[in-house]
Amino acid sequence: MLAGRGCKTIYPVAFLQLSVGFSSCIPPWSRFGRTGLRQPMIYLDANASEVLRPEARAAMLDALDRDGNPASVHGSGRAARKLLEDAREAIASRFGGRSADLVFTSGGTEADALAVHALGAGRRVVIGATEHDAIRASAPDAAVLPVDMAGVADLAELERLLAGGPPSLVCLMLANNETGTVQPVAEAAVLCRKHGALLHVDAVQAAGRLPVSLAAMGVHAIALSSHKLGGPAGAGALLLAPDVASIAPLMRGGGQERGRRGGTPSVAAIAGFAAAARCATEADRLAPLRDAIEHAALAEDAIVCGAGAMRLPNTTCLALPGVRADAQVIALDLAGFAVSAGAACSSGKIGASHVLAAMGLGALAGQAIRVSLPWNVTERDVAAFIAAYRDMAARLRPRLASDAA
Amino acid sequence: MRIVVAMSGGVDSSTVAGLLHEAGHDVVGITLQLYDHGAATGKKGACCAGQDIHDARRVADHLGIPHYVVDAEARFSRTVIGAFANSYAQGETPVPCVQCNMGVKFPDLLALARDLGAERLATGHYVRRVDGPDGPELHRAADPARDQSWFLFGTTRQQLAFSLFPLGEMPCKDAVRAEAARLGLPVAEKADSQDICFVPSGNYADLVSRVRPDAAEPGEIVSGDGRVLGRHDGIARFTVGQGKRLGTAASDHGQKQVVVALDAGRRRVVVGPRTTGSRVVAVRDVNWLVPSPGEALRCEVKLRAREQPHPASVHAAGNRAEVRLDLPALAAPGQACVFYGGARVLGGGFIDRQTDAAVGVDASGVAGLSPRPLPAGGGVAQR
Repeated sequence: MLAGRGCKTIYPVAFLQLSVGFSSCIPPWSRFGRTGLRQPMIYLDANASEVLRPEARAAMLDALDRDGNPASVHGSGRAARKLLEDAREAIASRFGGRSADLVFTSGGTEADALAVHALGAGRRVVIGATEHDAIRASAPDAAVLPVDMAGVADLAELERLLAGGPPSLVCLMLANNETGTVQPVAEAAVLCRKHGALLHVDAVQAAGRLPVSLAAMGVHAIALSSHKLGGPAGAGALLLAPDVASIAPLMRGGGQERGRRGGTPSVAAIAGFAAAARCATEADRLAPLRDAIEHAALAEDAIVCGAGAMRLPNTTCLALPGVRADAQVIALDLAGFAVSAGAACSSGKIGASHVLAAMGLGALAGQAIRVSLPWNVTERDVAAFIAAYRDMAARLRPRLASDAA
Repeated sequence: MRIVVAMSGGVDSSTVAGLLHEAGHDVVGITLQLYDHGAATGKKGACCAGQDIHDARRVADHLGIPHYVVDAEARFSRTVIGAFANSYAQGETPVPCVQCNMGVKFPDLLALARDLGAERLATGHYVRRVDGPDGPELHRAADPARDQSWFLFGTTRQQLAFSLFPLGEMPCKDAVRAEAARLGLPVAEKADSQDICFVPSGNYADLVSRVRPDAAEPGEIVSGDGRVLGRHDGIARFTVGQGKRLGTAASDHGQKQVVVALDAGRRRVVVGPRTTGSRVVAVRDVNWLVPSPGEALRCEVKLRAREQPHPASVHAAGNRAEVRLDLPALAAPGQACVFYGGARVLGGGFIDRQTDAAVGVDASGVAGLSPRPLPAGGGVAQR
């Protein structure tokens, strides 16, 4: 049909046959076999999405086979509602709150947006410089709290801001998604209470990896995400302190979630979320594996971003001076390792990281990759990654000398 | 072997990826993000990626090959967009696609391809790489209607040695579309791109006037002997050879006028009859794809992307050259002047503003020459 203009289709194929004589040239670091088939990936991007926990999968499959809307009055509705409320109790108690004060959302972004919308109403918003876009985009006019070289927020500056300023909502993440840096949230909470400010904590990356308790931290709200702790994507929660639990919704809809979030909840996803939250224990096992990667990377002249701060046990952010982050991510992907870098735009383009820029890393902000170990990573995976990282660094760095020449 | 394919999201490069994948190669697709699409279309908050990047990803997904989007915005802005506006402001007519190929696409993609362990970089350009006795040669495409060799004169011999141009042998675009359809590519029937990629509206004069407001200042339209024939609304809207937008200056003593020169210093557009032209064309930033000739090189040259070649002698001098045309022609500073030996590209460079004033040829005894074909539009062509 397309070739129907009397144009003869003769294709020279010689150019396609170039593999002759080159088939022995497959680089040793390639994970493509001679057949061109890829070996399975080793997944080291848990901060983008955790590996689904089998308990979560089982809970979801069970819930998917049930009918009913939790808002319905009949037996099927009651059964769905029981699943939903059991999940609410499990998650709320796991993270130091009351089930009545937990609002299910579609995920972490919505939980953050709801917190800023509801708790920030009539208040000045102050956010940490390394907050996730879920917060930054919800509070575009916020005052920004600077961080130090390790990514830790400047609490003296926070006190100065709060003492002299209007009533505020402060948003401070518990652990940073790119570096794993942990913020002194409990200390910030004391300052906030002292000055009548509210404190919302994005605990999306910390939950399931560090002890997280709304009550123990003394904060006003925490945002949680199911797929960052081994549940499915599509569910999250905003857990509120009792004194601020009556909030105005972003979406009114049918008055679900006690009028705080309209729309029928995804019961299956929430059941998976709860199952994952029940079994997601602190990730201490991962710290020595993370340390082994950092040790090997330092020997390749990499810089560990956020070193010196308390960090998530599964996360490391490694800058290789002079080597573009995207080239590192692509080379590792082709070698069979899933890692990430910076802020991926929806095009897939890797841009410089605002987090690392805020830490004063300058050009290194565009030269760092994030390795985040999933809950089920093995020592073998880590050893294989270390070998691939060494090969990648050796391959990409020599160009520096010739580029500079 | 591992081959990086530069995928733009169009039919041509998608087909290249499909054919090489089908032939069993380990194909890695790369799309350079050259500019912020949301900003280019003026839609606040729109995604930085355009439809083309989306299409490239869909093609790669369909083929089951890895595909990456690589940020080249800073370099593109500096190397291509900035130079584009400056060139217009200096009274030239730039070829941004040549700057992009030379300054962004080939250097960036080749470096990345080498980093990724690839042995070749393949593109969807319609040119042929012919392996001659002295190494790879750049030749015109089999399909003269699609030939893009003029846009690739700046490719270095090292770049050429690493490159593959699988579409150069294709008999016509329909054949490429038929291959795309056979491979089931979702872009098989996608329309060809027309405008300069970073000016999707087609209104490049607006972009130039934003970057270089001086290029949008009004001025006089004058004849070759300095008589004021009319007014213009910015030299960026004119290119040598153009017959449109001249208003009252479109005709002088009953003779139809075209732009024969742009005088940026005095913001003047100089017009003359179509038969005006230069015999000597100064060329700068010359890239030779043959050993730089020590003496005058008899060959044919093309001063525009789409025109019949002119017989000429090229005198090389360092990175410059003087091109002596057998018959006078209108040369637009900023455009490429590419040297051909038959189908082979021998080299080329950019037409310099020092080209002798393109007036008075009628008086020098070559009146009555049939005019050479001129481009219909503003002289900026895609690729």
